[in-house]
Amino acid sequence: MPTTFASQSVQGAAATGVFSLSWLLIALPLFGAAVLILGGRRTDRFGHLLGTAMPAASFVIGLVQFFALLGRDAEDRAVSQHLYSWISVGSFQVDAGLLVDQLSMCFVLLITGVGTLIHIYSIGYMAHDTERRRFFGYLNLFVAAMLLLVLADSYLVLYVGWEGVGLASYLLIGFWNHVPEYAAAAKKAFVANRVGDFGLSVAIMIMFWQLGTVSFAGVFGAADRASEAALTAIGLMLLLAACGKSAQFPLQSWLGDAMAGPTPVSALIHAATMVTAGVYLIIRSAPVFEGAPDAQLVVVIVGAITLLFGAIIGTAKDDIKKALAASTMSQIGYMILAAGLGPVGYAFAIFHLLTHGFFKAGMFLGAGSVMHGMNDQVDMRRFGGLSSVMKVTWFTFLLGWLAIIGFPGLSGFWSKDKIIEAAFVGDGWRPWVFGIAALIGAGVTAFYMTRLFLMTFHGERRWTEDVHPHESPAVMTVPLVVLAIGSAFLGLLLGPTGAIQHWLEPVVGSHGEQTTALPVSVLTTLTVLLVAVGIGLAWSMYLRRPVPATAPVGTALTRAARRDLYQDAVNESLLMRPGQYLTRSLVYFDNRGVDGAVNGVAALIGGTSGRFRRLQTGFVRSYALSMLVGAAVLVGIMLLVGV
Amino acid sequence: MNVVTLSAATFQTPSVEYRQLLPMLIVFGVALLGVLVEAFMGRTARQHVQLVLAVGGLVAAFVAVVGLAGHYGVAVMGAVAIDGPALFLQGTILVLAVPAVLAMAEPSLDRGGVFTSAGSSVPGSEHERVLTATGVTQTEVFPLTMFAIGGMLLFPAANDLLTMFVALEVLSLPLYLLCGLSRRRRLLSQEASLKYFLLGAFSSAFFLYGIALLYGYAGTVRLSGIAAAVSNGSGSDTLLVVGTALLAVGLLFKVGAAPFHSWTPDVYQGAPTPVTGFMAACTKVAAFGALMRVFYVGLGGLVWEWQPLIWAIAILTMVVGSVIAITQTDVKRMLAYSSIAHAGFILTGMVATDTVDARTGEILGVSSVLFYLLAYGFTTIGAFAVVTLVRDAGGEATHLSQWAGLAKRSPLVAAVFTLFLAAFAGIPLTSGFTGKFAVFSAAIAGGATPLVIVGVVMSAVAAFFYFRVVVLMFFSAPAPDGPAVAVPSALTTMTIALSAGVTVLLGVWPTQVLDLAAQASQFVR
Repeated sequence: MPTTFASQSVQGAAATGVFSLSWLLIALPLFGAAVLILGGRRTDRFGHLLGTAMPAASFVIGLVQFFALLGRDAEDRAVSQHLYSWISVGSFQVDAGLLVDQLSMCFVLLITGVGTLIHIYSIGYMAHDTERRRFFGYLNLFVAAMLLLVLADSYLVLYVGWEGVGLASYLLIGFWNHVPEYAAAAKKAFVANRVGDFGLSVAIMIMFWQLGTVSFAGVFGAADRASEAALTAIGLMLLLAACGKSAQFPLQSWLGDAMAGPTPVSALIHAATMVTAGVYLIIRSAPVFEGAPDAQLVVVIVGAITLLFGAIIGTAKDDIKKALAASTMSQIGYMILAAGLGPVGYAFAIFHLLTHGFFKAGMFLGAGSVMHGMNDQVDMRRFGGLSSVMKVTWFTFLLGWLAIIGFPGLSGFWSKDKIIEAAFVGDGWRPWVFGIAALIGAGVTAFYMTRLFLMTFHGERRWTEDVHPHESPAVMTVPLVVLAIGSAFLGLLLGPTGAIQHWLEPVVGSHGEQTTALPVSVLTTLTVLLVAVGIGLAWSMYLRRPVPATAPVGTALTRAARRDLYQDAVNESLLMRPGQYLTRSLVYFDNRGVDGAVNGVAALIGGTSGRFRRLQTGFVRSYALSMLVGAAVLVGIMLLVGV
Repeated sequence: MNVVTLSAATFQTPSVEYRQLLPMLIVFGVALLGVLVEAFMGRTARQHVQLVLAVGGLVAAFVAVVGLAGHYGVAVMGAVAIDGPALFLQGTILVLAVPAVLAMAEPSLDRGGVFTSAGSSVPGSEHERVLTATGVTQTEVFPLTMFAIGGMLLFPAANDLLTMFVALEVLSLPLYLLCGLSRRRRLLSQEASLKYFLLGAFSSAFFLYGIALLYGYAGTVRLSGIAAAVSNGSGSDTLLVVGTALLAVGLLFKVGAAPFHSWTPDVYQGAPTPVTGFMAACTKVAAFGALMRVFYVGLGGLVWEWQPLIWAIAILTMVVGSVIAITQTDVKRMLAYSSIAHAGFILTGMVATDTVDARTGEILGVSSVLFYLLAYGFTTIGAFAVVTLVRDAGGEATHLSQWAGLAKRSPLVAAVFTLFLAAFAGIPLTSGFTGKFAVFSAAIAGGATPLVIVGVVMSAVAAFFYFRVVVLMFFSAPAPDGPAVAVPSALTTMTIALSAGVTVLLGVWPTQVLDLAAQASQFVR
């Protein structure tokens, strides 16, 4: 594969002019978060305005930097800003610095742009919440951490951002944590993410041990000298991290429950930005994965499994937000798949990530707008016929729907079809397996998104008696309109012009003309056909026939999909039980412990009895004996070694 | 032999370099003053006078330590070494002792203070009830603490084994007493005190026997003399290695390394919580200082013999501390096992004995341990201070199930405790991360990669139980009759704020302190 890597380009030129302001991108929202969280009730009056102004200001700086980058030669578009020497131990040195290049710039504009729109929307959506100021504080914290994640110039700084977005995510999922099951959802997200974060920290340790550095420039520079085993280990650990953050198989279970958070959070964090951090991590680490083909194959497999997994779950969900969450999981599966394909897929993974950021955020906000008018109901079986009363929401959702199913001409058509094409590139069994998985996914996507759209906006009105649906105020509909315009035209702007490929080429490398296993025209036709079949099926099932207000029992597959393909049961029997058993047997010699605190259910009585038992068993004589034995062994070893 | 030569003609009055001993003299002087205050001052005024005296003494001693920077050498005819590691550790002990003493003086969490009104009263007796009713406050803890601190200052600076033994006893005896003076759960506290005393005496015996054997080997108790004897290779190797092993037992007992750790959970749990924080932080600093001095200065020539030993102990300590901590249900016991695990991490850094950085000339093993001790000390004192705030009718609520949903009662306290736990777990931007980074990179540079792998795996295991507490505090429903979070006086607030501040500062901006530790990494020989 003719690949050219400009790995040295991650060591950008020193920051001058407008680029010396890169730190402000992060500092502004961080300042907002600090004022809003620490300021208390005094900031209630203007909190939401300050909270919106900060990401907007970051967006303006990002835009100025973007145009400044455009004015440079393609090879000189990476700019580093050294902040300070973080840790220096002997000759090991870790610097904290920022890297603005083509890849991070895509994310900066997405995060601040879509982020600002969602902040504006939230002013209306959260208007009646007494804790609105705190909500904006957390959102600003999230934006700052996410920007740090994508602007970091080393894995260590990235890790700080990585933990930061996780923190903001838990705070926001549990924002309404007076509802116990919402708190449980936050806990689930926390645990799944800890597993992923463990992967990232181990990856960093291996880098440090094997390559002696953790900066992007250092790691990528040393990658071609490192052994393939080391790179594979690093790659798999990075993938584990990506799976946790991006809700990929087998760590996908938290995303559906994370919908407990307020809807703007679902739009910003659990659709447009944070959950795509895994995709960013894999593409940023391209030189590592290029040296580890086995790890790359695992990436593709994970992506393919997740895209089908999410799509199947999406077909059976009646909760509008959970259906959208399943769809997000599936679409990120597409991106991970593309990221695993190598240079042939990198640019399209990012491209789909950008278009998805627009149309999925738009649809989530649309769902929020529907909920706003329907007393916060989420059951689509009690929606229907809303197109006549919520014209703006309906129309913007229409564009999002057409974009995600890949209607010719709209954004998804350009980005997702490119991934399907890329999946068909190569020899042997791979293009057939992964290409066909991607193709089937497109058909299923069309089915469940059409189902969602028709059940919500068309058909007969199945409303409960107490609702009076109405259109949302302008502060909510204007962001919807802007996002809908992006859903419609962003693909056209970047796709057929080849702009996104040219822009990203210095970072992710380029590839020559690739031959696909089937001709491109055949693939496009097949995709459009499958999409048409999906739409037709959904139309005949959910528009021609009346939708019952309670879900029918359904087939075994439907029931399985409704229960998320039994992912919780699998997690419990495969991970939780053996883990508990293992720790118990590891510590069986410590007879003082009473387990159960992990669930917070250990009763006080049990604890007290344990404390008394502890008094009885903690004999000094047995302690002294253990010391004596230890000392004897110590002397023995020393005599063996020393004499 | 030596006894014969000790005739009147050769006996000289030892020279005493008062200036170099000034930090210790100040602390001991303040301790004696404290005893006088106890004897002659009225009850009401004592509390304030003792506190001001103690903190003032600590600050003055710290200033004296700073003043000594760069004036290295040996004092009192070679019995005390004033060098980089000694001064850095003395400074560390003094800055850690300030928040520890502030937490001990906390008046408002418990009526009458943290300590029992009279240690001599029988628990549950009429005598105790009367005293409690009067709300009498115990103040002899301040001179006791100052004596302990004085011993701790001498311990890492002691340049011969007898001085080191004296220092060990001076720091240990007041600690045995302090452990038994809790106001609540006095039986548990007294049991802890007795266990600590018995086992401490047991370990002192090992230590003393080790000194005897080494004296038999080298004919001197001075570390430089032992080092010379080792390099000459004269004498019986059996005496040398057995003596080294026994000496190590005594020192490893004090740092709480496995298999000499069994006292730690019981004592940490039973002792009054501010005392636990003080012991966990300052004793560890002093003991590691002495351990490093003995092994680097006295037994540096024997490095190939004792390094495998430290490897084995470090691995065992990390595994025992991290794994057993998982099933703990009492927050103080959990922190005790965590402190055992941290002793293992510090030992990991210590194996990089002769790894001298070519560029700066620092000894990585020493500098990384120095930094780790400072960072860990502040986090520990802060964490134990937070434990004192969570209370129910019976005093501190230390059972983990009582901490469920703590964030809903007090988000601030839960957030601060999360910060300390994150530092223990070694999350970036906290001091714990910088410390782990320093010791692990020193160990890698010293060729101890397998040790680092064990360390990393055990860090992950440890992170599990730290984050279990975070999950418990933030994501679990609070128990209906759960404990409340008490509002402390300014003293405990200052302790927690200072600890949290240093924990963050050493995570975000550690360069200055790392540099200082690097400059202070050379022992006087």
